[in-house]
Amino acid sequence: MTDLATNTPEVAAGSRSLWAVAMIRMRRNRAAMASLVILIVLALAGIFGPMLAPHSYAEVYPEFVKVDPSLEPYPQEAQIIPSAETALRRARVDIESIEVGGGEVVIGLSSSREIDPRITRYVDRSDVFSNAEITEIAEDGLSATMVADVQQLYFLMGTDANGRDLFSRILISLRISLMIGALATGVALLIGVLYGATAGFVGGRVDNVMMRIVDILYSLPFVFFVILLVVFFGRNLVLMFIAVGAVEWLDMARIVRGQTLSLRRREFVQAAETLGVSGWDILRRHIIPNTLGTVIIYMTLLIPKVILLESFLSFLGLGVQEPLTSLGVLIAEGAKNMRNAPFMLFYPAATMTILLFALNFLGDGLRDALDPKDR
Amino acid sequence: MAEQERVLDVDNVRVTFDTPDGEVRAVRGVSMHVNPGESVAVVGESGSGKSQVMMAAMGLLASNGRVEGSVRYRGQELVGLPLKALNDIRGVKVTMIFQEPMTSLDPLFTIEDQLSEPLRVHGGLSKREASARVLELLELVQIPNAKARMSAYPHELSGGQRQRVMIAMALANDPDLLIADEPTTALDVTIQAEILQLLADLQARLGMSILFITHDLGIVEAFADRVYVMNKGLVEEEGPTERVFHAPQTEYTRMLLAAEPEGHKAPVGPDAPVLLRGENVQVTFGRPKGFLRPDTQLHAVRGINLTLRKGQTIGVVGESGSGKSTLGRALLQMLPSTGRVVYLDNDIEGLDRAAMRPYRKGLQMVFQDPYGSLSPRLTTGEIIAEGLQVHEPGLSRKERQRRVAEAMSDVGLDPSMRNRFPHEFSGGQRQRVAIARAVILRPQVIVLDEPTSALDRSVQKQVIELLRRLQVEHELSYVFISHDLAVVRALSDYLMVMKNGEVVEEGPVDAVFDHPTTDYTRTLMRAAFDLTSLLRPAARTGT
Repeated sequence: MTDLATNTPEVAAGSRSLWAVAMIRMRRNRAAMASLVILIVLALAGIFGPMLAPHSYAEVYPEFVKVDPSLEPYPQEAQIIPSAETALRRARVDIESIEVGGGEVVIGLSSSREIDPRITRYVDRSDVFSNAEITEIAEDGLSATMVADVQQLYFLMGTDANGRDLFSRILISLRISLMIGALATGVALLIGVLYGATAGFVGGRVDNVMMRIVDILYSLPFVFFVILLVVFFGRNLVLMFIAVGAVEWLDMARIVRGQTLSLRRREFVQAAETLGVSGWDILRRHIIPNTLGTVIIYMTLLIPKVILLESFLSFLGLGVQEPLTSLGVLIAEGAKNMRNAPFMLFYPAATMTILLFALNFLGDGLRDALDPKDR
Repeated sequence: MAEQERVLDVDNVRVTFDTPDGEVRAVRGVSMHVNPGESVAVVGESGSGKSQVMMAAMGLLASNGRVEGSVRYRGQELVGLPLKALNDIRGVKVTMIFQEPMTSLDPLFTIEDQLSEPLRVHGGLSKREASARVLELLELVQIPNAKARMSAYPHELSGGQRQRVMIAMALANDPDLLIADEPTTALDVTIQAEILQLLADLQARLGMSILFITHDLGIVEAFADRVYVMNKGLVEEEGPTERVFHAPQTEYTRMLLAAEPEGHKAPVGPDAPVLLRGENVQVTFGRPKGFLRPDTQLHAVRGINLTLRKGQTIGVVGESGSGKSTLGRALLQMLPSTGRVVYLDNDIEGLDRAAMRPYRKGLQMVFQDPYGSLSPRLTTGEIIAEGLQVHEPGLSRKERQRRVAEAMSDVGLDPSMRNRFPHEFSGGQRQRVAIARAVILRPQVIVLDEPTSALDRSVQKQVIELLRRLQVEHELSYVFISHDLAVVRALSDYLMVMKNGEVVEEGPVDAVFDHPTTDYTRTLMRAAFDLTSLLRPAARTGT
């Protein structure tokens, strides 16, 4: 084999699949890589955030309704001092000094009469303080130092109209929205790819019938379809996935069918036919893997679409149920309270925007990376 | 000739592409020039950088390409020239025609629209003047019935006519230099000869220079005054055509010249067993006239008889559209057909996929396009092993690996490359993979559908040697479909010439080649083997 020697060096040293090449191209796209990192961070926040957050997403703090976002803990100093004054006025002692810090309040007391240590009860009775005790008392009993614990709560993004921590609610809504996005897209992917590839590959009358079914489903109004489902089965998260997935697979089926039609004419499919490979194996080994580039790109564009769809349904009140929430629900609530609590709209909307931006940029990056024409 | 009179002067041009794998230096310092009225050919195999030199000169490089060096048109520097100034030269004084006449014309406009627009925009002609000029140009490029053709759309023209329109477009502003980048590669040999004849004729009449980029040495010999041989981004050799062809000075040029397919196959005896027999095979696409439906029938193959004996190679030649590929597919039952196909005394006509499966093992096919016939997501090993999984599912993994390795070394590939993907191989290697996929099943008949036409001549020669050796070693019978008469002559012992779905002539190869009986075959032969005699008289009328 003389030509063996001349041919071998043409091949690059390492073996790289098309996916590996795509990965290299992807890495050079900064926007897409940044989007990928943001997405991973958001997904981790959605999965682990609710477990680690200081407040439960369902916990109601009636005394802190619609408080502004703040890096300072609640109750703030400005609220502690008046409540301490009110409580101690009842105990008929004068306040000499108040210091707030480290989860406790130190109050210097003085009185014209001897101070009774039991006045701590007055302080404990307030919602703000607990475990009040007199730590020092002067020998004449006319002045004392009282220390009480103050429950300090951080509401970084404020609280909602029911007094629930908005940050925790955004974390859980991320989880729900991403889950709906991923699962509904998964459902759409599975049905769409199999349906489209089958229709395109079998062709002829079967293809005709299958695609007419798709056309009929297309013509059903989506909202009507969801309302029907909700009326029959009640509001249910699983139902949401099915409803959204059942609608979105139609696009996927059409895309995959188109791809399959062109792949079926390619010589490697004909080669497999001359080898006697069965129809299912041709579909599985030759056609579906070659549609995956397009499918993945479409998927990254479908996820934001599904998230928006879910938001739309939740906005209409057809989506997830309280106390669970999704980005769409949060935005809807925020929109209602836009005037007196704009932060309730701002934070969920910002989260949603970042999420959608990241998904779209990633989709664009993947499209460029997987585009075989550019190779 | 004095330097300033040169039409085009390319001086130490380098072209570099930035790719994810680092820089690719496609052209590494090339100098060439074109004198007025001269035909110059740049010849080289694919990847030699022959097209990229001219793309760089015309400012048409892909966005990741960089050009260094100097390209001068009549002394004016083109590299780094602002786009506006460059457009005054390119497309006006220096024009290009490309390989693909199918995609170079906008399908939405008529021929007249496409041709007259640049005349009106650049030449400042009125609508009527432009129309007259278009007619003149179409007559110049010898489009039959030019007046009627002006209102035709591109899809109504044949490939050769489209290429003529492209030439007319290039001639619109009386260029000094026409750069032709493989203008006839996509065309049939007879059309190729006509187009070359036209170019030679136009050159003699208009006195322009032609720079011809091609991989086909036959064209170069017939057409060019001077030739540059390029290899791996460098000029290997340059000189007058006759000198280069008769006294090549470098090893590479000698190798190129020696790459013409050669050899001969002895016919098999009349008593050799018949493997495959086709009787009155017909393939019809479309549907007959029905209620409210026009007749869309196209008879691609009309009643062909074929008998393939053991060890025989039947060459099937014909131009595009003659039905030769369709015939090959119909024999393997990959298309619905009528008639009778008998394989080893079994009638396999019309069998469905499942019923055909037991016979598939013995009837294999190798396709034209080594890039398209290998699934891009599978490794070579998986591709070659696929047939084994179907026909010998009982094989152990290890045994299968052994068979794959055996088939790979059989076709001259290193078995250690079985984990690589097709895109990592060169065209010739991919065709070897495709052949390995067929021979691993130890078939008796292989239908070869233009297996060498997408390959460079030198690689083509290796593949022909390989096919010849495999035929002897495995006692294979081939149906060899090709438009390339030289390859067919080297490889087959029986020849069928097809035209419009019918066999116009058949017989032992030597008989048909030496004494063709029909005009069609004679035209084919002349266009394929005797370009020089067709072109030289036309090109040399002035001298």
